[in-house]
Amino acid sequence: MVERTAVISPTQAAAGRLKQRYAAERRFKALGISAIALALGFLAMLLVTILGNGLTAFVQTNVRLDVTLDAETLGVDAVNPSADALGAANYGQVIKNAMYKAFPAVEGRAERRQLAALVSSGADVSLRKVLVANPGLLGTTQSIWLTADDDVDMAMKGHVSRQAGAEGNRLTDNQLAWLDQLEQRGDVAKKFNTALFTTGDSREPEQAGLWGAVVGSFFSLSITLLVCFPLGVATSVYLEEFAPKNRWTDLIEVNINNLAAVPSVVFGLLGLAIFLNFFGFPRSAPLVGGLVLALISLPTIIIAGRAAMKAVPPSIREAALGLGASKLQMVTDHVLPLSMPGILTGTILGMAHALGETAPLLMIGMVAFIVDIPASPLDPSAVLPVQVYLWADSPERAFVERTSAAIMVLLFFLAMMNVAAILLRKKFERRW
Amino acid sequence: MNANTASPSQADRRLAKVSARDVNVFYGQKHALKHVDLDIRANDVTALIGPSGCGKSTFLRCINRMNDLIENAQVTGSLNLDGDDIYDRNIDVVQLRARIGMVFQKPNPFPKSIYDNVAYGPRIHGMARDQAELDEIVMGSLEKAGLLAEVKDRLEETGTGLSGGQQQRLCIARAIAVAPEVILMDEPCSALDPIATAKVEELIDELRENFTIVIVTHSMQQAARVSQRTAFFHLGELVEVGDTEQIFTNPQHPLTQGYITGRFG
Amino acid sequence: MQLLTLMVVLLLLTMFGYRLGRSRALASASGNPRLLHSLPSYHGYYVALWCGLPAVFILAAWLALEPSILHGMIMASLPADLQGLSEERLALVYNEVRNVARYGHVPSLPAVGDAAQHYNNIRTTMFFSVAAASLALAVAALAYAHRRIHADLRARNRVEAAVKVFLVAASTMAIFTTIGIVMSLLFESLRFFQSVSLFDFLFGVQWSPQMAIRSDQVGSSGAFGAVPLFAGTLLISGIAMLVAVPLGLLSAIYMSEYAAPKFRAVVKPLLEVLAGIPTVVYGFFAALTVAPFIRDVGHQVGLTVASESALAAGLVMGIMIIPFVSSLSDDVINAVPQSLREGAYGLGATKSETIRQVVIPAALPGIVGGVLLAASRAIGETMIVVMAAGLAANLTANPLEAVTTVTTQIVTLLVGDQEFDSPKTLAAFALGLVLFTVTLALNVVALHIVNKYREKYD
Ligand SMILES: Nc1ncnc2c1ncn2[C@@H]1O[C@H](COP(=O)(O)OP(=O)(O)O)[C@@H](O)[C@H]1O
Ligand SMILES: [Mg+2]
Repeated sequence: MVERTAVISPTQAAAGRLKQRYAAERRFKALGISAIALALGFLAMLLVTILGNGLTAFVQTNVRLDVTLDAETLGVDAVNPSADALGAANYGQVIKNAMYKAFPAVEGRAERRQLAALVSSGADVSLRKVLVANPGLLGTTQSIWLTADDDVDMAMKGHVSRQAGAEGNRLTDNQLAWLDQLEQRGDVAKKFNTALFTTGDSREPEQAGLWGAVVGSFFSLSITLLVCFPLGVATSVYLEEFAPKNRWTDLIEVNINNLAAVPSVVFGLLGLAIFLNFFGFPRSAPLVGGLVLALISLPTIIIAGRAAMKAVPPSIREAALGLGASKLQMVTDHVLPLSMPGILTGTILGMAHALGETAPLLMIGMVAFIVDIPASPLDPSAVLPVQVYLWADSPERAFVERTSAAIMVLLFFLAMMNVAAILLRKKFERRW
Repeated sequence: MNANTASPSQADRRLAKVSARDVNVFYGQKHALKHVDLDIRANDVTALIGPSGCGKSTFLRCINRMNDLIENAQVTGSLNLDGDDIYDRNIDVVQLRARIGMVFQKPNPFPKSIYDNVAYGPRIHGMARDQAELDEIVMGSLEKAGLLAEVKDRLEETGTGLSGGQQQRLCIARAIAVAPEVILMDEPCSALDPIATAKVEELIDELRENFTIVIVTHSMQQAARVSQRTAFFHLGELVEVGDTEQIFTNPQHPLTQGYITGRFG
Repeated sequence: MQLLTLMVVLLLLTMFGYRLGRSRALASASGNPRLLHSLPSYHGYYVALWCGLPAVFILAAWLALEPSILHGMIMASLPADLQGLSEERLALVYNEVRNVARYGHVPSLPAVGDAAQHYNNIRTTMFFSVAAASLALAVAALAYAHRRIHADLRARNRVEAAVKVFLVAASTMAIFTTIGIVMSLLFESLRFFQSVSLFDFLFGVQWSPQMAIRSDQVGSSGAFGAVPLFAGTLLISGIAMLVAVPLGLLSAIYMSEYAAPKFRAVVKPLLEVLAGIPTVVYGFFAALTVAPFIRDVGHQVGLTVASESALAAGLVMGIMIIPFVSSLSDDVINAVPQSLREGAYGLGATKSETIRQVVIPAALPGIVGGVLLAASRAIGETMIVVMAAGLAANLTANPLEAVTTVTTQIVTLLVGDQEFDSPKTLAAFALGLVLFTVTLALNVVALHIVNKYREKYD
């Protein structure tokens, strides 16, 4: 027989025990909260790091120079220059001259070279645009904002110290002094970084842009969607509505589940061996990237599609069949329209995943350094996450900033896709 | 302790093990239990009967505050155990449930060994000083639950491997191992076959000696067989309560009469 | 461009076929659709399918075969001195021919220029013959199908049969993908094992694939011993699991057992954001912030920490896997029947006692399955380790040193200038085979456990 009084009116010992048990309860709860706090804290840290490093990349330091567009230096006919000649003219020299004029005291080849290095080596391209658009400016002197070199940009944004010789500072004493002078004259300013959104990759951080990668990602994902969506929906329809329950369909199901968990880098090996080496498709092309991503996303879409079709109540199917619809009509007229929001949601999420996928694309050569904006899915191209990888690998300090900016752009696209999926689900959510 | 002047007198209340006054339960907007006054006498078996959905389980779960676990459930009124308010802020739910045990409709043994199932309660409440004492409690409880003979050679096997009736008696053993004063049983036999049911009913009768028992049942015969007192619920209200004999032979309320004679339910 | 035009023409022809089929069906029933066996639109689809499908098949076959046909014909036409080159050089020459032909690059040899000319000629001729063939076939098939239309034609059944064939074909895609993976991995791995023995690969402790470029060392035993890779993979995934399992499990428990609905509604999606961030972002973060941080902290307390320590990569990978573990555990914990919890509460157990002593033990098989799935994720994860773990194949259990992993090596071996057929490149496929086998085995076991568990409480 058990001691009953111990429980009815707690003795000292029992009361102490109870206290301990409640302390354990509180500890356990605190443990749970801290686990969540830790995970979310890490997320916050990651986002803050990216924002802190990347926000400044959306502006770019520019330098204002009085540029004399003098025909002789440019090497074009002063009276009636042809468009071709204007396109191929020597803008670099014009910019250098403008620089020397701004600092007449600077003499000597080495010093002058340092001086000219304050402006980006790609500034001539923007100057060309100005003159080609308006040939009437030939022979005049214009005050023009030109992109500064990335070292100047980093110093101006405070990412590296402006103390000469400080860690990461690649500017010389002279260059820093000139920069100070330019700043005092009001000839240095930060402007919106258009290059980031309009150009392709470049070895020079101040000229490097994401547009090539964005277009590449767009082509790749279009191919993925084109392949994946019909195949995924067809497979879901077959497995949910038509397939007999036998070994063969079991095999298909097991396959789909396992493919969903195969590391993506293995799909890259598949793409390399089959699409590139066997079929001889072009390397680095969004076509191949899209096909590989399609194989990766297919299981996701099938699983989402089947779940959406399972949610359609059998009574709807019975009603359709009872009216004399064929099985296919039942599917196309009732099951598919009713499950389409779910299928689309799954597809968008699958595409979002594909957009962030990197490793398999490295295998099929999408890591090449590509400056040109791809014009078709057959042209060599980068994609956004690969661009992130490439820039992250570059030693220049300015690429840290641009990598973070590229990540922000990537995350922005991902967020949009996820929001679209959520809205879609909210709008069409149906409870049976 | 509010001085409620409803039908059962103050004197009755002092005799009662558990006494409920003006108990109301709401699930969100739904008023599931309405103004229930009920005394449960010590060492009696009290049966709660009534059509399904009338609030029997709800009332039962008020007694050991299992309703605390339901997010939108709200309980008003007063419930006392030996004169202490069950819903008092100073009452510790954990301790309360050690005093008022519960057996559920579907047998729910833990996926542990038979021994550990029974030893679980004593362990968490620190009721045994050493292994020998714990063994004694476990064996005693199994014995009292009438299960010892069947399982004494397989105490280390898992409890989920037993038959349905054995599982339910294991759950009863598990409940009495904590030495509660009151045991609440919510349709304990509804998932059992007739033979297992007979065994559990026999057990309930024996347990009456040491425990106060409240049992919800669907079967009128069962109520008649095992209980001394019967309370009839209808649509959330307590319609009639009295000695089982009287309820079954001479019900006062027409609703009770109708239910007993099987005109509805 | 030409291809696009051809496709548009085919599409228009198909649409024309649809209208033709429809109207002929109606006409054959003298305008009364009820006399038809199938709806007029099915007759339309019937003709359209006949018209479009054969032509599309021809086009697809040509698209798939064009590169290899071109390759063969160009190779055969190259002058003898070029033909004598080594295989790798030949591949480079062919690449140049293609670039000259397609993008107008300037040829380095006159022979290449000629070949490029030839390339373009063949390509144009081939395209026009294929285009003519497919168009002719489309028109012929259209005429055939059109003539067969009459009121009793079971057009719906025919169309549905065709659709069903498509459905079945689509569903076999998963199987073909698996076969493709297995075949390509096996085939290339077998070639690898012709120069490096399987035993040396699986049990060798020396990994230095770079050395193998020198011809006197190709396949020299010891250079392709993958044990340091396996060890490094285990070390980093182990660290990741040490982070992810407790954190994921605890957050899942807190979410499903303690958190108020409002808290859950906010925090759960936030945790899932962790799973939605691309791994390349984690890799960047690990390399930029976490690894230097760990190194600095280590230096503060007097430890030598590699700047690409296994700890940093493992830690970040662990964070990435948290939502994976927590959502799997969440499912599993919610599957534990409420009656078990009530059983414990009814005995006077506190909430944490109920969770620790009843819910978790009951959910254990499912949790183990989830952890195995997470482990397979960790082993196959690539970008984090490529960016944050090193290339040094150290055989060590010290998390502060740099190690390399299977996936890192696969990427490094295949990225950049590569010679096909060298053991170095083929080694990537052998590593891929190991990776595929291990993750597949983990998955099969895990899914089996989880399914068993689900059945128990269904
Ligand atoms: N958790 C809950 N939430 C909302 N309503 C509930 C809940 N539990 C029970 N109810 C409602 O309360 C009423 C009484 O239920 P219950 O006490 O379970 O009846 P029974 O007498 O059959 O045991 C029923 O109408 C039931 O629908
Ligand atoms: Mg009930």
